[in-house]
Formats: sequence, C-alpha cells, structure tokens
Amino acid sequence: MRVALFLTCVNDTLYPDTGRAVVRLLTRLGVDVDFPMDQTCCGQAHYNTGYRHQAEPLARHFSEVFRGYDAIVTPSGSCGAMVRELYPRLGERARAEGRGDGLARTLAPVVPKTYELTEFLVDVLGVTDVGAYYPHKVTYHPTCHGLRGLGLGDRPRRLLEAVKGLELAELPGAAECCGFGGTFAVKNAAVSAAMGVDKVRDAESTGAEVLCAADNSCLMHIGGTMSRLGSGMRPVHLAEILASTEEEPAV
Amino acid sequence: MSGTFVGMPAFPQAAGKAVRNPTLRGNLRHATHTIRAKRERAVGELSDWAGLREAGRRIKDHTLRHLDRYLEQLEESVTAAGGTVHWAADAEEANRIVTGLVRATGESEVVKVKSMATQEIELNEALAAAGIRAYETDLAELIVQLGKDRPSHILVPAIHRNRGEIRDIFAREMGEWGRPAPEGLTDTPADLAEAARLHLREKFLRAKVGISGANFMVAETGTLVVVESEGNGRMCLTLPETLISVVGIEKVVPTWRDLEVFLQTLPRSSTAERMNPYTSMWTGTTDEDGPRAFHLVLLDNGRTDTLADTVGRQALRCIRCSACLNVCPVYERAGGHAYGSVYPGPIGAILSPQLRGTTSEIDASLPYASSLCGACYEVCPVAIDIPEVLVHLRERVVEGGPAVRRGNKVLLKPAKGHAAERAAMRAARWAFARPGALRVGQRLASRTRRLHPRTLPGPGRAWSGARDLPAVPPEPFRDWWQRTRGGKDGDR
Amino acid sequence: MNSRERILGRVRRALADVTPETRPYEEAVPRDYLRAHGERTAGETVDLLAENLADYRAIVHRAGAGELPALVMRLLAEHGSREVLVPPGLPPGWLAEDGPVRIHDRAALTAARLDRVDSVVTGCAVAIAETGTLVLDGSPDQGRRRISLIPDHHICVVRVPDQVVSSVPQALERLDAARPLTWISGPSATSDIELDRVEGVHGPRTLEVILLG
Repeated sequence: MRVALFLTCVNDTLYPDTGRAVVRLLTRLGVDVDFPMDQTCCGQAHYNTGYRHQAEPLARHFSEVFRGYDAIVTPSGSCGAMVRELYPRLGERARAEGRGDGLARTLAPVVPKTYELTEFLVDVLGVTDVGAYYPHKVTYHPTCHGLRGLGLGDRPRRLLEAVKGLELAELPGAAECCGFGGTFAVKNAAVSAAMGVDKVRDAESTGAEVLCAADNSCLMHIGGTMSRLGSGMRPVHLAEILASTEEEPAV
Repeated sequence: MSGTFVGMPAFPQAAGKAVRNPTLRGNLRHATHTIRAKRERAVGELSDWAGLREAGRRIKDHTLRHLDRYLEQLEESVTAAGGTVHWAADAEEANRIVTGLVRATGESEVVKVKSMATQEIELNEALAAAGIRAYETDLAELIVQLGKDRPSHILVPAIHRNRGEIRDIFAREMGEWGRPAPEGLTDTPADLAEAARLHLREKFLRAKVGISGANFMVAETGTLVVVESEGNGRMCLTLPETLISVVGIEKVVPTWRDLEVFLQTLPRSSTAERMNPYTSMWTGTTDEDGPRAFHLVLLDNGRTDTLADTVGRQALRCIRCSACLNVCPVYERAGGHAYGSVYPGPIGAILSPQLRGTTSEIDASLPYASSLCGACYEVCPVAIDIPEVLVHLRERVVEGGPAVRRGNKVLLKPAKGHAAERAAMRAARWAFARPGALRVGQRLASRTRRLHPRTLPGPGRAWSGARDLPAVPPEPFRDWWQRTRGGKDGDR
Repeated sequence: MNSRERILGRVRRALADVTPETRPYEEAVPRDYLRAHGERTAGETVDLLAENLADYRAIVHRAGAGELPALVMRLLAEHGSREVLVPPGLPPGWLAEDGPVRIHDRAALTAARLDRVDSVVTGCAVAIAETGTLVLDGSPDQGRRRISLIPDHHICVVRVPDQVVSSVPQALERLDAARPLTWISGPSATSDIELDRVEGVHGPRTLEVILLG
C-alpha cells in the first residue's frame, strides 16, 4: 500500500513535531509513509472564507500531488474534512455554474482515499493499541470538524485509552467549539477569545496537565489562550502522544 | 425586511460589547445550557429521530420546489372553508392590508400571539402609526414590549433578561399598559407568570380582533396550526370576532399527514417537551365557535428571492424551533441583539442576509458570525446545512455575483472592506500553487524566528489581543524530511 | 399585476432550475420513521398515557362508569367550584344531579361571564399516550373551544382504551381537519423565564384527567 502523509501547510510550517510524530508512529506500525514534496495547502481557509474559486486550483493541485497513492493520511480533522466533505461540493458547484464535470472528475479520486490519522489507525490498520507510553494526565478535546464533519466518534478515545501510563480525564462541554474557526478567530476576535477562555477553564477543571486534540489549528488557539492566561496546561497533538514510547518518550 | 435594526453596527462590534456584559453572559449561559441538556433527552426518547428529520427535510424541500402549486391549493382550501386570502409582496403591503382589515372592524386595539412574521414586518409600529394599539400576549413578548426592548431569541425573545430584571420591568411598566403588577411582586417565575395572567386577562376578554402567525398551513385542507405553551395563543385565536394571520409563504405543507412529522420534531427541538401544552388547528371559520371572520395574509418579503438561490433556499425549510440558537457557542456569547434582526443565531445569520440582501454593514457581517463548528446543523430538525449556507453567503459578500432582489435579477458587486483580505487570499493561492515559493516563505519565517514577537501590533491585535502567537520552529517539516529522508538518516 | 400574480410569478422564476416531481406525493417523500414507538397492549398504552399526563402536571384519576359522577362531584367540591360549565352534549350521568350550578355554554354568553365560572367538564376526541396529549375537536361532549380555555379548572374525561392511541401519527389519522382542534398536553405553562418550564399562565392552571373505563 502506498501511503502519503498530507501534513497540511499549517503543520508543515509551524508544527513539524507533529509531522515527525506521525512518521515515527506509522513507521513503528510497519507503514512506509511518503511525504510528497509538492504538497501545499488543501484550500480550506480560502473556501471557508468565501473564496471558493481561489480554492479550486489548490484542490486541483492536491489531487495531482496525491492521486497516485492508495491512502492519504492527515493529522488534521479540518483539512481531512475539507477533502472528504467539501471537495465533492466544489465539483458540484462548478457543475451548477455550467462549468461541466471537469473539476468533479479531477477531485473524485482523492476523496475516498483521504483519512484523518485516527481513522487510518483504527479503520485501515485495525489497531487501537499502538504501543505508546505517555505517563501524564490528559484531557481530550474533540475538534468540530473531526467530531461533526468526519464523525471520528470514539476512535481518538479508544487510541488514548490504550496508551500506557496515560490517565484520561473527561473534558466538560467537550463537544463545544474552542472558538478558533479559521478566520473567525480574527474576524470575531472577541467572541472567539471568550470561547477560547471558556474551553481553557473547562480543561483546567479536569486537573489534567495536557489538553490533547487531533488538529493543531485549534491547538494553536487553545494553546495561545493558555499561554496568555498563564495556565499550567499545555496543548499536545494526539499524534505526539501516540508516537511517544518508553524508549523514546515525548518531551 | 424593514427598519428597526438598520444602522446596527456590524456583528463583531455588537458582539464584542455583549461579551463584556457579565449579566448578559450569565443569563444566556444559564438559559442555553438548561435547554441543551433537555433537548438532548427529549430527542433521545425517539429511536426514529433520524428518519423524522429526513422526512421533515424532504417534505419541506418538495413543497418549496412546487411552492406555486401548493400556495394555489392552500388559497383554494382556505377560501372554501370560509377564510379570505390576501397576498403581500413585501412588509409595507402586508402592513397596509392588516391595518385596513383592523380599521374595517372599527376597533382601535388588537391582541397578538407571538409571531415572527409580524415582528419581521414591524406590524406593531405600522398599527401604532394608524392609531391602533397592539398588545403582545406571549410572556416573553410582553417582557420585551413593556421593557421597550428588542427580541433576542426566536422562541424566548426575552432570554437576555433574568427573573430579577423581569420583575423590575413588570413592577415599573405594567400600570402604563393596563392592570398594574401586584404589590410586592417577587421574582419567582410562578409569580411573574401570575402577574402576566392578571395583566392580560382583561385584554383577552374584551378583544375583538386577534392577530397571529402560524407554524404550519396545510394546502390539502386549508388548516392553520399554531403551536404554543401559555394559552395566550388559544385566547387570541378563539375569543375575537376577527382573526388575521400573517404567514410566510414557506410555511405551507402539502398534506394533513405531514403534520405527524413536525408535531413530533418541533416541540422536542424547541422547548424540549414531548408535546407543547397547546396546539390550535383551525380551518377557515366554524359556525358558533371562534372568529366569524378569518383573513390569511400570505407574505413574501424576500422569501422568493431566497428561493431563487439554489444553495441558500434550504433556509426556507426552517420551522423556527430555535434549537440552533440554543446550541450555538457564538450566540451564547454574543446574545441575540448582535445579529441585528428578529432572526438571531445561526439561522438568522443565513436568513437575514437573504431576506434583506447583503448590502448593509450588519447583513454583510452576519455570514461571518460563526466558527463553522456545525453544532447547528447537527440539531436542526429539518437538516438545514447552516455552515454550507454561511460559506455560500461569504462568497456572495466577497465575490458578489448574480442574485435576485425583489423578484429581479441583479449582479451584486463585491462588498467593500474586503480588498486586503482578497489580495492576501490571492497571494496565498499563488504561493500554494508553487511549492517552491511556499518553501522560500517558510524558510524566511524560520530564519527570522528569534525576531518574531508573541503578540502583534495593528490589525494583528485581533489575534494577539487574547492569544499568544505560536513560536516558529527552526525548520519546517519539509526541510527535515529532505535532510533526513523522513528520519531514515536519523531524527536530528 | 396584482400581488398574487407577482408572488406566484417570482416563485416560478425562482424555481427555473427545478425539474417538477412526476411521482405521486407519497412516493416522492419517503417516510422512514415509526408509526408508533414500541409495542404495547391496550392497557399498557393507557398506563403510558397516565404516566405522561402526570409528568406534565396533569392530575390523573381512573373511574368506572358507575363511579364517574361521584368522582366528578368530589373534584369540583375539592376545587371549591360553585359553577361548572358544561358542553351541550355532555353525556347524561357524567355529573350528579346535585352539586355546583351548571352553566350551559351558549353563544350568547360573553367571555367575561365564562371567566366567572370555576370549572368545566368535557370529553375529548382522542388521547395520545406517547406525548400525554388530549385532543378536543368541538364535538357535542366537548363544546366550543373557549369553554375549555377560560375556566381555571378543566376536568377532561377520556374513554379508555377506545379513545387512546399510542402516537401522534395515529392521532392524526383519527382526526378530522375540518373541525377546530385543540391539543392539550398538561396545564398551561411557559418556558419564557430563563428557559425553564413553569406551569400556569393563561389556560386552565389545573387540568384533571379522568380515565373512564
């Protein structure tokens, strides 16, 4: 099986540790993962801000880069949802605008092959115990696009519960959005920040050291809020917890 | 739609003010969290919820796609049952029709059942201008009317008020409008409800004209349905001699049987009850029972324009349950007034800019009043994909394009104030189409990382006013990958 | 052009992209939901009705035909009722000969006069177990809509198990859309203060239901 890592532009630029963690984790599980160097951005920010037509060339580019692989794995619920949910919609809208089936046909091959990391682990590899070790108290925030878009369900929880040494604390109001929302974070900064503060307070109430999620965009917002509030907690991507072992523990 | 809210600041400013109001935040948090848990329980009781939701979606979609046929059928059925049907293309025409009908009765006051359509067209103001006093009889509407306030929720327009504030409004204002509040009124909900009962009783008993909306209209039978709790609806619908119902054209359903879906999904979605206390159904007029004259005013007021938008038309499926408001984290913090419309919350953010157009500052800002978290879509009993429509309307704001206004095709210009964003999006698209250019940018960011502050000046404060910036890593992932061949040459 | 033609014209232009449905309506809209939730015997359905009525603060009583008049009299006496409103076709034998003064609902009675009556006794058209709902359709044993609205105390007699259905879909099948219908689920209530339910606003604040069977 030819497996590609679709890391996302945000992770590539700002969170390379998450990328390294995915590579280490998948390699440990016997997957030979490739990182196509031509990958850039899925176009989610463009699409969600109202620039659908600007997102189209990025989606075409994505399809060209990744179409040759059997599986495309991404450690981002929202970028995964962009490909799986919204690429088909890009094609439909182009058709409705009288531009034919071209875009839909170009994008169709990558849609069913794109997996968010926890889906790939649980559904494709069939594992929940990935042999990880992480001796910390952790609370898990299910991000919106993972929870309601992709329907990740209990996959992240099952993976976390199998991690040795990890104590999982229930996050109150877990299903509620953290307030990031892409450009929402700056266009409606006051509401976004208030949602972030509430999320951090809920996380702190669990007594956990770490807030874990499967999307670094949300963690950037939550982490930035934690740092500003002087909270003792820190944000960690799920992949970094799953990659951590007794031999090579995460810092 | 018309005027009360025109001149409202754009959503971010109004919401920012609301966020800093601790009483409002507390009131909204308490109310929305109370109802969220209850709704989940009420919906969880029905094992076939997904099937009911899908049937509701399909019934509404089918009706909207054949709306002309069902409106004509409805008109025929209502007329055959003794009612009179009027058609109003916009708010002004609806107000003119209703004012004329009230004048013809010779009365100078009317009692009203809570109705979104009459709020939307600002009927009370139009009646007042014609010397007719309209009494709101729903408890929350009464609180809003007495408090000279604006509604902030579809179902519970006074949700922004807590019991103490309501007590003060009743004690202060009821005397101006009729029977004063009892001496020593407390702030217990039961006492407040009793005060409203006493205050309104005399108005119900002497009313000659009632004005309502309707939750549903059945084309096949000509039946109108009003779903309520307090009994004020029954009072207004049965005691007066003349009943005038102003109803949006999208409220029609084809058959009697269709009610079996919505009478299960609406109460559980709105007040989280198995069934609301009272539902009234009437078909034209009945000899010796209820009003002798029944007028139905069918209202367009932007609905056909919305229908013309192939993505946005799904907003017309809305049955006004408010589940999307109650679950929305943005609504919970911004409050209903920030939406500048009688339709607040997620549904308002897609309905108002379609009914009113996106030209005003507030309407152009509403499609952005969401983090696209999708909770609204999840709870919607007619499966309106609100995030999809929000994004679609963002596109209309930034790109402009073809639309229909007042029945005419127009070509919208891109909204002002998005030029910098548009340029940034184009630049990003250019760079992302060229992996080499992206890489140059990433390396530049990494090399200058020690110079990056954790906060930003100017417009960047929108982010860093409340959040620190992430530290830029020493090298982007792709450089590590290339340097180490994906870690095969050692991790460092 | 009048507004009717204007609006219908706008609708037709707005739907230019839509292919009209040619199948009959019932085929075009599939209904993948239940006619009723769960299997119950007639007796269990009546029990569920009683449970759901009580859950929304209706007071539920059970009586056989012979016990009914005495029970009604007792409830009226407990409420302190001096006058009781009755629909034109109240079955003989539901009320005892003595007891509160009967006020017969006539068109000439004003709403203000009805407001001075303490109680009302009616039958119903159908009752829905799953939701704890009574539906009145203006038949002779139920009277005009206003009589079950204005008095503060409503005693409603349900003939069980004949008048009880499980679900909303089953109730609609039994009802006639041409009649004025009032669906009642508990005493009047409001959620308008802090989205919490409080009983007792404009409709009867006391709803007593007698399951007659």
